Amino acid sequence: MKIGIPRESFAGEKRVAITPEIAEKLIALGFSVTIEPGAGVGSDYADDAYLEAGAMLQHADVLWSTSDLILKVRSPVANEVERMFLGSWLISFIWPAQQPELMKRFASQQLTVLAMDCVPRISRAQRMDALTSMANIAGYRAVIEAAHHFGRFFTGQVTAAGKIPPAKVFVVGAGVAGLSAIGVANGLGAIVRANDTRPEVADQIRSMGAEFVPVLFEEQGTGEGGYARTMSEGYQKAQRETYARQAIDVDIIITTAQVPGKQAPKLITAGMVESMKPGSVIVDLAAEQGGNCELTEPGTVVVRNGVTIIGYTDMPSRLAKQSSNLYATNMLRLIEYLCPERNGKLLIDLKDELSRGTTVVLGGEIIWPPPTPKPALPSGATSPIVVPNANGNKLVVQKSSHTRQPFVWVTIGILLLMLVGSFAPPAFLAHFTVFILACFVGYMVVWNVTPALHTPLMSVTNAISSIIGIGAVMQLTDSSIAIQLLAGVALTLTAINMFGGFAVTQRMLAMFRR
Amino acid sequence: MNSVSLMLAAYLGAVVLFILSLGGFSKQETAIRGNMFGIAGMSLAMMTTILWCNWTVSGLVCLVIALAIGGPIGFIAAKKIEMTQMPELVALMHSLVGLAAVLIGLISYYASTAKANSTEEGIHLIEIYMGILIGAVTLSGSLVAFGKLSGKIGGKPWLIPGRHWLNLSGLILVIVLGYFFVASESKTFGSIPILLMLATSLAFGIHLVIAIGGADMPVVVSMLNSYSGWAASATGFTLSNDLLIVTGALVGSSGAILSYIMCEAMNRRFLSVIAGGFGAESGSSPSQATPEMHGEVVSISPNEAAILMSDAKRVIIVPGYGLAVARAQHVVSAITNLLRERGVEVQFAIHPVAGRMPGHMNVLLAEAKVPYDIVFEMDEVNRLFPSSDIALVIGANDIVNPAAQEDPNSQIAGMPVLEVWKARTSIVLKRSMASGYAGVDNPLFYKANNRMLFGDAKKTLDEVLNLLQNLTGKTGAA
Repeated sequence: MKIGIPRESFAGEKRVAITPEIAEKLIALGFSVTIEPGAGVGSDYADDAYLEAGAMLQHADVLWSTSDLILKVRSPVANEVERMFLGSWLISFIWPAQQPELMKRFASQQLTVLAMDCVPRISRAQRMDALTSMANIAGYRAVIEAAHHFGRFFTGQVTAAGKIPPAKVFVVGAGVAGLSAIGVANGLGAIVRANDTRPEVADQIRSMGAEFVPVLFEEQGTGEGGYARTMSEGYQKAQRETYARQAIDVDIIITTAQVPGKQAPKLITAGMVESMKPGSVIVDLAAEQGGNCELTEPGTVVVRNGVTIIGYTDMPSRLAKQSSNLYATNMLRLIEYLCPERNGKLLIDLKDELSRGTTVVLGGEIIWPPPTPKPALPSGATSPIVVPNANGNKLVVQKSSHTRQPFVWVTIGILLLMLVGSFAPPAFLAHFTVFILACFVGYMVVWNVTPALHTPLMSVTNAISSIIGIGAVMQLTDSSIAIQLLAGVALTLTAINMFGGFAVTQRMLAMFRR
Repeated sequence: MNSVSLMLAAYLGAVVLFILSLGGFSKQETAIRGNMFGIAGMSLAMMTTILWCNWTVSGLVCLVIALAIGGPIGFIAAKKIEMTQMPELVALMHSLVGLAAVLIGLISYYASTAKANSTEEGIHLIEIYMGILIGAVTLSGSLVAFGKLSGKIGGKPWLIPGRHWLNLSGLILVIVLGYFFVASESKTFGSIPILLMLATSLAFGIHLVIAIGGADMPVVVSMLNSYSGWAASATGFTLSNDLLIVTGALVGSSGAILSYIMCEAMNRRFLSVIAGGFGAESGSSPSQATPEMHGEVVSISPNEAAILMSDAKRVIIVPGYGLAVARAQHVVSAITNLLRERGVEVQFAIHPVAGRMPGHMNVLLAEAKVPYDIVFEMDEVNRLFPSSDIALVIGANDIVNPAAQEDPNSQIAGMPVLEVWKARTSIVLKRSMASGYAGVDNPLFYKANNRMLFGDAKKTLDEVLNLLQNLTGKTGAA
């Protein structure tokens, strides 16, 4: 296969998909590599370096229209896709959720497209995870940018000229970028604090040398695949309060909060910015998704109320050589994985979770999003039935038994009750009414019982069921001695139960301690 | 003042107290108050009834004797019982309620003289019949459950061929006998069907429980709990007593919910549990050796286990029935305290069906004075395993079996389990490599990050505790 590496067309983008070093390895895998002149210049790789590695140079027009496989960093624009030949391949960042038009264009060109942003988050795919590589760089660069705009040292010092307090940095969101920022800021000597909606990352935050700032509200923020998810209203309120307190105190805020496929949450309000000390800096790494700060202007740096707000959307590109190295390595690992025979041909096995997840368009068919992997389907669960409709497309129909079932049961219940009513005398029905109501009360009350107390609950209900002894007491008043004796035995049994049940419950409950 | 109205008002008060009692069990903080409400309700109901009745001397003597015998026996049993034996005690107590229901039903049949219009009489007879039926099933079922729990009868399900047909024909027989019972003219004639029914339902109760495997015991115990409530309720119908009806229904629905929760926790259907035979089904073939089964079982010594635990940041302990059998709760508690003193974070993970009755493990840990705020339920704790260093499994098997998630052919596929294999290292305390009650092999034992610690739980943990104390002593000296 002929691999083509075009120059990135996006304004200001300095990265390149493949470095000379990786180009050499791709050639060793059996591919031929061509590159557009000047593609690597932004990352300090001259054309000569590629030529030395064994690649060829080709003008963009030729390169786009003759390559079997295009490798890119940013997703291509429409007129670039148009130049690709029918049935060719593309590997790059795609963001299929945000680019429905582009996806349709891929399909009409019958392309096979692998998205670097769709590599599944499983351990064997870590070597190919370009999002992690880029986030790491973004986090590093965020601190460097902040330091550049911040008018003081990061580290505290006591000098002959006076005491310098250390800078305080607050990192919002402890994904890869956030953790990387924590590490760098800590390395520069700042006091670093961080918050994340996912409680399990608190340890990771601490391990990077920062203090975890909890939001005091009970809710779990881990969504699918270990990414964060959108939180409830109550949590968000508690979160804003926490952040507002930090804003007053700290010098630098670095925000990295993103929810996959959604607008970035607005976590830093205009009011919080206003409350910050003049000279403070905010770096908004979510600027491309709209920003975590209300005053962020994506792509530029603005100063509001004396606070510098950095909204660069191209952090990795600002460290182009490093980014290109890591990205190219991720690409190589993916291509190696898809080319097990090292013969210069790519193979996609749709049964393989990694290949399946990464491939978004296969031979013109859009196969994104991949089905969510389920470890094991519970045997009792309703499985979807696939019914082909008239157009031959597949429609997925979910069994609706769950919605109908209650109505069926309610109807049966009412009919049964009416049946009872038509035969039984009123006296019986009065008791029956009481009985049914009591069942419901019991149902409502017992659902609230905490599982830890299930054993005491059983022993207390057992004790309470010795209310049956009331019957025995009444029968004791019968005139026949034989009946009195029998009733006496029954009462003895229930008395054991009654006293024993309450006593043992009491004994158990007394043991529960905090 | 109208004494009947007064009594009814007192009964209403008792019912409200019982509802408050059950409501109190929603939290540990209010549970003791809940129990007090229960005692108050019971006292109120008994007092009112005793005061309201017209006593003969012999009746009063019987009353006093009955309470004088029954009360102390109950108290002594409650004080002497070991917490590990709670399931047996509860099962035995259920049987007493069942027996009482049978006796009261029989008495009210033979003592009743009222002959009202035929429909009312018919309904009354059906009520009596139902009361005895439910009581008898509760009685014999609970006795078998008691036998199984205390080890007097083997824990394995005993399966009689064609058992479903047997159950069905029993049911039909009972209905037919019921018809004859209601239709019978005299009491002597009615005695035949009722005694036959008594025998049938006793056999039915035995058969019902004996076919159920040990792992399903939590379901059975809560089911019998429910039955004892229904028996009280049916007796209430017999005696036209609303207090009994309501209280019985409260207990009955409480037990039913518990059974339902237990079934959910095992991903089983209630019907298939009571139909019995889980883990010994001959028709379905269990999954044959899955690839994981071929791994290597690595065993370690108590010494290594102690070192692993003392070096950990977070240890999650998963207790199972083995802990109850070995009575190891106190030594576990001591280890927990020692680890916590060393700064190790310790948590307990309780599977809903761990042990032999709902909440069994919680009671044992509470007895050993493990603070209940470090004891977690499955849903809360499963997310903690990936960030923990050690998952210590004590005498549990099926509830930590990864096959439930990984092997769709496994018998326990889809059952919610504790994901101990996600911890950095899991240590399984076990007497041998035998499989659990479900009879399913456990791929956990073959996982690379799993270590087996063979031996009796109590003895092994005693050793671990000693070693930990030595380790602590050394660090203290240094």
